[in-house]
Amino acid sequence: MNVLVMREVSRDHGTGPNVVHALRGVSLHVAPGEFVAVMGPSGSGKSTLLTLAGGLDTPTAGQVLVEGTDLGSLGTAARAALRRRSIGYVFQDYNLIPTLTAAENVMLPRELDGVRTRRARREALDALAEVGIGELADRFPEEMSGGQQQRVAIARALVGERRLVLADEPTGALDSRSGEEIMRLLRARCDAGAACLMVTHESRHAAWADRVVFLRDGVIVDSTGAPTGPESLLEDVR
Amino acid sequence: MSIRHGILALLSQGPRYGYQLRAEFEASTGATWPLNIGQVYSTLARLERDGLVAKADADAEGRFVYRITPDGEEEVRRWFATPIAPADRPRDELAIKLAMAVTTPGVDVRAVVQTQRTATLRALRDLTRLKADAPPLPADAADASWRLVLESMIFQAEAEVRWLDHCEAFMTRLALERRPAAAQTGPEAEAARPDERPEVRR
Ligand SMILES: Nc1ncnc2c1ncn2[C@@H]1O[C@H](COP(=O)(O)OP(=O)(O)O)[C@@H](O)[C@H]1O
Ligand SMILES: [Mg+2]
Repeated sequence: MNVLVMREVSRDHGTGPNVVHALRGVSLHVAPGEFVAVMGPSGSGKSTLLTLAGGLDTPTAGQVLVEGTDLGSLGTAARAALRRRSIGYVFQDYNLIPTLTAAENVMLPRELDGVRTRRARREALDALAEVGIGELADRFPEEMSGGQQQRVAIARALVGERRLVLADEPTGALDSRSGEEIMRLLRARCDAGAACLMVTHESRHAAWADRVVFLRDGVIVDSTGAPTGPESLLEDVR
Repeated sequence: MSIRHGILALLSQGPRYGYQLRAEFEASTGATWPLNIGQVYSTLARLERDGLVAKADADAEGRFVYRITPDGEEEVRRWFATPIAPADRPRDELAIKLAMAVTTPGVDVRAVVQTQRTATLRALRDLTRLKADAPPLPADAADASWRLVLESMIFQAEAEVRWLDHCEAFMTRLALERRPAAAQTGPEAEAARPDERPEVRR
């Protein structure tokens, strides 16, 4: 089963003569283990696509399914719960809470989900170790470099075995070496079974994905296709 | 690509058989530019003719060992010390194609750009997989030099995509400036005419 299915998804902003069609009838599937990059000019609808995939925004038309559940069929509370359980979000500016340590930032969504503090901390330390910064668990964001903060954000997105990772320009503020390390991390998570959808304007980073889709004026205009046969053939059957 | 200088550089490390030169050249470049043995021997023959390489007598198995001459050593030093002049590189077919696309009526420049961008990204992805699969540190000198060749191709592909992005943005801006009336009607008018191709003033 695909982790993410978007069917004929559209998103309009405003009404009447001022309407902006941010996304028009976009269909996209992301399978477990698949890493998909989204590229396109500024204003082409990349961030809109990601917020819809993550249930942070609602489509004007079409369906978004995460692990088989139609987000449109859920109430606010159920949608928030599914988001915390299944979806990890990584933003360009990390979005860490400055008054919390690295470990506390990673623990937060789990505690909100009712996981006990002890266990949440254990998970957070494991997640931080996995992204290579286990020793920085008790530092505050301002005591870390940009690359380290982004690793914390990724650990937060991955903790609790979330299956769908959404990343909007996650390497935007990083130097090329840190950027590549972030790509290696996301690649490894996908190879371990997660599905990842990443917006980037850097082809060097998009090249870590299995597939690159190109957006223009809210429409997918092209795709590189997957590197090898069987998985991409399966996708068309679904 | 200078096979001639590549072979000379290998011979500057000591005498070698033709088949050895081929294997070492390919190891250093990760078989990016596969050589056939015929190319190696025809290059050696020209180097010998030019006095840069000398051939020893055949060994018991009839194979020849080649060694570099002092003139050859000098040529290798000169090669490493001299930057490659732009004029010595092959013409960029893609730049020529884009230039022609812009001036040829009825060609959809955006489609030419997108087709190339997708193809280049596919190539970039395949190169990146090679890089991702390699161990973090190169095992030996040949492995290290292959990494550099690989990175060179990654940088070139990346530069090509950036240039294509630039071309597209440039053409879009040009089209908007040419159509002040259409620009006022907003993005809808733009989208309704996907086939319209801007003309370039000379
Ligand atoms: N909240 C909003 N209100 C009005 N227009 C919006 C809003 N969010 C996005 N847009 C418009 O939708 C289009 C797509 O935006 P976005 O998805 O942010 O593009 P990208 O991430 O590719 O730069 C743009 O034209 C943008 O101006
Ligand atoms: Mg954006």
